[in-house]
Amino acid sequence: MAQPLLEVRGLTKAFAGVPALSDGQFVLQPGSVHALCGGNGAGKSTFLTIVMGIQQRDRGVIRLRGQEVSFARPSDALEAGISIIEQELSPVPAMTVSENIFLGREPVGLFGRVDFRRMNREAQKLLDDLHFRISARTLMMDLTIAELQLVEIAKALSYNAEVIIMDEPTSALGEAQADELFAAIARLKAQGKGIIYVSHRLSEIFGIADTYTVFRDGRFIDSGAMGDVTRERLIEMIVGRSLTDEFAKDNTPTDEAVLSVSSLNAAGRVKDVSFTLHRGEILALYGLMGSGRSEVFERLFGLHPDEGGDIVLNGKPVRLISPKESIKAGFAFVTEDRKGTGLNLMSDIRTNICLARLRELSSAGVMRRAREMSAAQRMIAAFGIKTPNDKLDVSGLSGGNQQKVVLGKWFLTDPGILLLDEPTRGVDVGAKRDIYKVMSDFATQGGAVIMISSETDEVLGMADRAVVLRDGRVSGEVTRDQMSAATLLNLAA
Amino acid sequence: MNTKTAALGPWARLSEYGQKYGILIALLLVCAVLSFLSEFFLTQRNILNVLRQASVNGILAIGMTFVILTRGIDLSVGSVLALAGVVSASLATTSPAAMVAGGPFPVMLALGAGIAVGIAAGAVCGVFVAYFNVPAFVTTLGMLSAARGLTLLYAGGRPVPSLTPEYRFIGTGDLFGVPMPIVLFGVVFLLAYLLLTFTRFGRHVYAVGGNPHAARVSGINITRVRLMVYVISGALAGLAGMILAARTGSALTQAGIAYELDAIAAVVIGGTSLSGGVGAVTGTLIGALLISVVNNGLDLMGVDSNYQQVIKGMLIVAAVMLDQARHKNN
Repeated sequence: MAQPLLEVRGLTKAFAGVPALSDGQFVLQPGSVHALCGGNGAGKSTFLTIVMGIQQRDRGVIRLRGQEVSFARPSDALEAGISIIEQELSPVPAMTVSENIFLGREPVGLFGRVDFRRMNREAQKLLDDLHFRISARTLMMDLTIAELQLVEIAKALSYNAEVIIMDEPTSALGEAQADELFAAIARLKAQGKGIIYVSHRLSEIFGIADTYTVFRDGRFIDSGAMGDVTRERLIEMIVGRSLTDEFAKDNTPTDEAVLSVSSLNAAGRVKDVSFTLHRGEILALYGLMGSGRSEVFERLFGLHPDEGGDIVLNGKPVRLISPKESIKAGFAFVTEDRKGTGLNLMSDIRTNICLARLRELSSAGVMRRAREMSAAQRMIAAFGIKTPNDKLDVSGLSGGNQQKVVLGKWFLTDPGILLLDEPTRGVDVGAKRDIYKVMSDFATQGGAVIMISSETDEVLGMADRAVVLRDGRVSGEVTRDQMSAATLLNLAA
Repeated sequence: MNTKTAALGPWARLSEYGQKYGILIALLLVCAVLSFLSEFFLTQRNILNVLRQASVNGILAIGMTFVILTRGIDLSVGSVLALAGVVSASLATTSPAAMVAGGPFPVMLALGAGIAVGIAAGAVCGVFVAYFNVPAFVTTLGMLSAARGLTLLYAGGRPVPSLTPEYRFIGTGDLFGVPMPIVLFGVVFLLAYLLLTFTRFGRHVYAVGGNPHAARVSGINITRVRLMVYVISGALAGLAGMILAARTGSALTQAGIAYELDAIAAVVIGGTSLSGGVGAVTGTLIGALLISVVNNGLDLMGVDSNYQQVIKGMLIVAAVMLDQARHKNN
């Protein structure tokens, strides 16, 4: 076997006496994609921050091409050829692509003047070599999220990176954009780069990775070739117990229409959309990013003005022109962007859970603390939110627990219809299953669910029926027995 | 793991208290030091003096707290204070030259007019910020200029003197020995505290500041909340303007210039975040008292008032710097 690009042995780190990672192992071969798997708190982040020189290890060895290395700061790691593309990108929006790529190390000409021509030329060459169809002179703010990610990759390579770490790179991408990213990864692989790929999306990992390493509870569990492991076995290693079935689904839809939408227009993007939702049903609204799927939810939740179309709820026509009205009508909306529109991150669990139910938790405008406390306790228990108490800031919770707080907020409003937009984004495998169970139980108990998901597996696993959108219009409807990744994608693209 | 599970040692506990009550401890320390430096500092008369000096700024700062909690800012309070002062004073003056025909009117009418002027000015700002999405900084900067101009136009550039004794009561009178400005400051503080801590509206204010998008999706009418905080700030600026006029006996057109800065300073020293969603009026109260105590102490020690400005500037930056360090630790 060739000499590994990166080899890590016995990596150990504790915070205030609490071990976050013990005996972390990882071997990355050149020209390969290596998936780093694990739930929240598995020690992945600790591992990555040490490799990147953001934190210092307590013990352990890191070898880069056989040479033992020790990085005191991120710039050391960068110089040695290790780059990270973080989950949350931080571009300078009003600067061009080339200015962003060369930020802080702009080529200079006479009298210290920035040599823009050279900078643009070099940046363009970098992008062209990677087959990215992006102009180096475009402003970052005019790019899509996928393009921003491609620019980050180009930037990483401009440091001559040999090892590229990607942390949940597809969490904000649609399928088509994700494919663009995967194509770029394949080219990097062909150039002999090593890629450490972190993702909660198992189908992606099975699609692009060559090898895997699993961490759990701060320990190395196993590693091997993707071809030698089954999906079930990988989940078992990540979660630490065997999940009888990945998707907990036992609802049965009825024929009773709860919601019928006809000829709905919204947000200048949704055109003439009609569908019906039944009691006990989990309906998927399937479509690529930009197909208008989220806008349908936003319209139903009163976030967009009425642009025509009829909405009939339990046999009665409704207007739904403000969130307040929609909440009253029984809708609950778990938004796509948990941090942006789901939670008040400045605040604690109790406050967040109570946020959509303040009227009922108060009398004559005065909040009733006892009611708020018992409501929060009820939801923490119902969703198994892991926290010592309800006054802890939500910003400190894991993605899965944050999502459960959002669900708790909405279940407190006693909804009849759940609108779930990417309900398991950034959530680990164990918590994902909890959320599937919540959906299924809700439908079984007489509720109805509409879900949007970029993970086709999730749609196939959970939905009774799918309505597919393309360019803001309904392009087809698929029942559970007809559903396959191919049929869905054919209708969507 | 982000949860704090390890038991806290005594030192860690002490430092946690220090973080939580840092500004209060600073206030008590300054008071302790001043009580040694000046025998006069802890006299009843001086304490009332400090509180009275804190009251006008304190009332403005409490209104400012509401605005800043929603990620806004209100630069217009100094000018609105002056406008409300001259309008209400013109209804309560015995000077024929400055009087509105038919005056002096009953004191309640004059006071009501002052509050109404404040509410109106606040509502205008609120409408622009909440409904037309003009940045709060710009909107209230415009009001800072416009309200000052209206003050000069209304009063013809002259002060409104000779206020009736009933009107002057809110500035110079007392209730059970406590000067009225302090009583009013206390009442305003208590109401604001109750409003922010225990009511639904209070939750709305924190939610809008913490994450306006999430608040909107949760069914909160965020435009109305934004409008209301500027109305509250305007109304309190009106009250402060009348107290100031009543205390000095005449309403000056130049009253309240740069008062917005002291009000913002009190809020910020009190730990309310300029990015919204975090803070409390208790901090603002302590912040306003700290500014007043420091001013008073420097006066007692005979420090040149120009130096006082410099020291106050350093105090503001130091307080926020400590606050930032505290957030970094968390």
